[in-house]
Amino acid sequence: MSSRIVQFDNVRKHYQMGLVVVEALRGVTFGIEAGEYISIMGPSGCGKSTLLNLLGCLDRPTSGRYLLGDEDVSQMPDDALSSVRGARLGFVFQSYNLIQQLTVVENIEIPLYYQGRPEAESRETARKLAARVGLEDRLEHKPFELSGGQQQRVAIARALVNDPLVILADEPTGNLDSGSGVEILALFDQLNAQGKTLILVTHDTSVAQHARRAIHLCDGEIESDVRR
Amino acid sequence: MSAANPIGLAETLLRDLSLARLKRTVRLGIKSLWLHRLRSLLTVLGIVFGVCSVIAMLAIGEGASFEAQEQIKNLGSQNIILRSTKPPEEQKISDKGSQSYVLQYGITYTDVKSIRATIPGVTIVLPARIIRDYVWHISRRVDCDVVGTVPWYPELRNHRVADGRFFTDTDMDGKAGVCVLGAEMVPALFPLESPLGKHVRVGGEYYQVIGVMERSGQAAKTDDATDTAAKGASQRMFIPLETAKVRFGEVLMRRRSGSFEAERVQLHEVTVKVASLEQVMSVADAIKQLLEHNHKKKDFEVVVPLELLKRAERTKQIFNIVLGSIAAISLLVGGIGIMNIMLASVTERTREIGIRRALGARRHDIVLQFLVETVLLSGAGGIIGVFLGVAIPFVVTWTAGMKTIITLWSPLLAFTISALVGVIFGIYPALRAAQMDPVEALRHE
Repeated sequence: MSSRIVQFDNVRKHYQMGLVVVEALRGVTFGIEAGEYISIMGPSGCGKSTLLNLLGCLDRPTSGRYLLGDEDVSQMPDDALSSVRGARLGFVFQSYNLIQQLTVVENIEIPLYYQGRPEAESRETARKLAARVGLEDRLEHKPFELSGGQQQRVAIARALVNDPLVILADEPTGNLDSGSGVEILALFDQLNAQGKTLILVTHDTSVAQHARRAIHLCDGEIESDVRR
Repeated sequence: MSAANPIGLAETLLRDLSLARLKRTVRLGIKSLWLHRLRSLLTVLGIVFGVCSVIAMLAIGEGASFEAQEQIKNLGSQNIILRSTKPPEEQKISDKGSQSYVLQYGITYTDVKSIRATIPGVTIVLPARIIRDYVWHISRRVDCDVVGTVPWYPELRNHRVADGRFFTDTDMDGKAGVCVLGAEMVPALFPLESPLGKHVRVGGEYYQVIGVMERSGQAAKTDDATDTAAKGASQRMFIPLETAKVRFGEVLMRRRSGSFEAERVQLHEVTVKVASLEQVMSVADAIKQLLEHNHKKKDFEVVVPLELLKRAERTKQIFNIVLGSIAAISLLVGGIGIMNIMLASVTERTREIGIRRALGARRHDIVLQFLVETVLLSGAGGIIGVFLGVAIPFVVTWTAGMKTIITLWSPLLAFTISALVGVIFGIYPALRAAQMDPVEALRHE
């Protein structure tokens, strides 16, 4: 179970802000094995979001190499990146990011829809995942009819639906009350125990403690990388 | 970054398109539009009115021009109609009511003879005397035109006898006191019984009714001065020309309050049938020249139904062009309305676009989604417009009694254009949506 699924080699990201070039990431190198549970922490402006965008294939590095699975995704064209996101990554956001006009089950099956899977099959998969996060009786509800914790569980089910290599969670408990937050973190622990690879971006140390490896970023560089 | 340009997008879009995918996208589009029902409805109103007005106006215009053309066709497209008119200078005198001589004008028997003798291509000449008078039956009376004419009048003017018979050469030669009534006169004169065999009185003379003409559509209702000939024969009573000559004489007296006028007109109306359609215009010119040469005063007019028909067709063409412009403008306005709303919708749904992109949607998936929504809007507007546009002509016919014709192609055309408007005005908002950076879109509040 020690196959390497993410490899960052000296990854840099520069942004042009008017006349100034901002170096958000200044040469980041690390690797992630399958089944790891990692937290990424750091003060604001340290490059957390940039790193997450790169990990999530939402953006391309200015230089350096990013291997996801066995593919070099660092300079892929836009459409190919979309397919990589749809097939190999799962996203959980702070503000859930569900689509309001769709029901729970329809929200869960979106990634499969864009992969062009048959409707009946994806509906079935989405149902099973809704049951796995405890929402089997809410399938036809719209997001606004659910509590924050329930919405985040829908988002987690959606992140699982394409059986991704890595699940990226960006402050998943940031908008939740402590009770729901604990539930969500328990769900993450459970998923990790089942072998899922999780990357958790947070600034909350109590949340980060659930992870078994903590990466600290500071000024666009890795300050520490500790395994527990 | 091959997919960033619109042409590359269109290519991948078409390559990726399947029926099942399209169906799901359509369902998704309906859901999104249904979320903002009122907004969607208001958005499509422009298209609805555009499409509906095109169809309704076309139907009404088509009906009107059909009627006009029917009237002209009733005159016969191979015919040329000559009419006697009171010359303008004489008109002035008679308006004062002070003239004390007999006015003499109009087309003469000599004219008819010379037309027949000298102009090639003329096959039949149909002379008619028209006297306006009351027709009586016991105590009922009808104001009508008494037409003294020849037995071949019905076939030449496309006007058939409905009941009984038209008079024959024998009646003509015998100066018989027989008449054929126009269809509209019958209910007024003979409300209860069949007029055949009965007698009607004009002035001091009695005529036996031997036939009734067929009703000639709505043509009888026009009051237009130039179209008096198009009246058909509903308000006309026909008697043999020879009978008219004998019984009415050459001089017609008309009494008005305090004065009376007398005029001598030999023939009021002459219909000339030309052998072939191509010759109509040249024969008409020849007749005009001949009459102008023989008449000192301008006491005749030449009506060429073919010319009228051409003019009516030209009018219809102009009408269609005007209509086309109105339609184009209203659909343009409707399209701009849709584009405006779609642009607002794209901005409003930036976050949704970001989510979809993060979950694996490619640029052309986003293009397809928004394009489908726009086409759904304009297509729905088109369908509503077609239904309204087809319904309105019926209402017009029912309430105003106007004839309307809905041609098959007008709803089809209007609907196709409205769908096209959706595609054209949907492309830009859809591209805007697709060009968004997913990171920026996800951050959007």
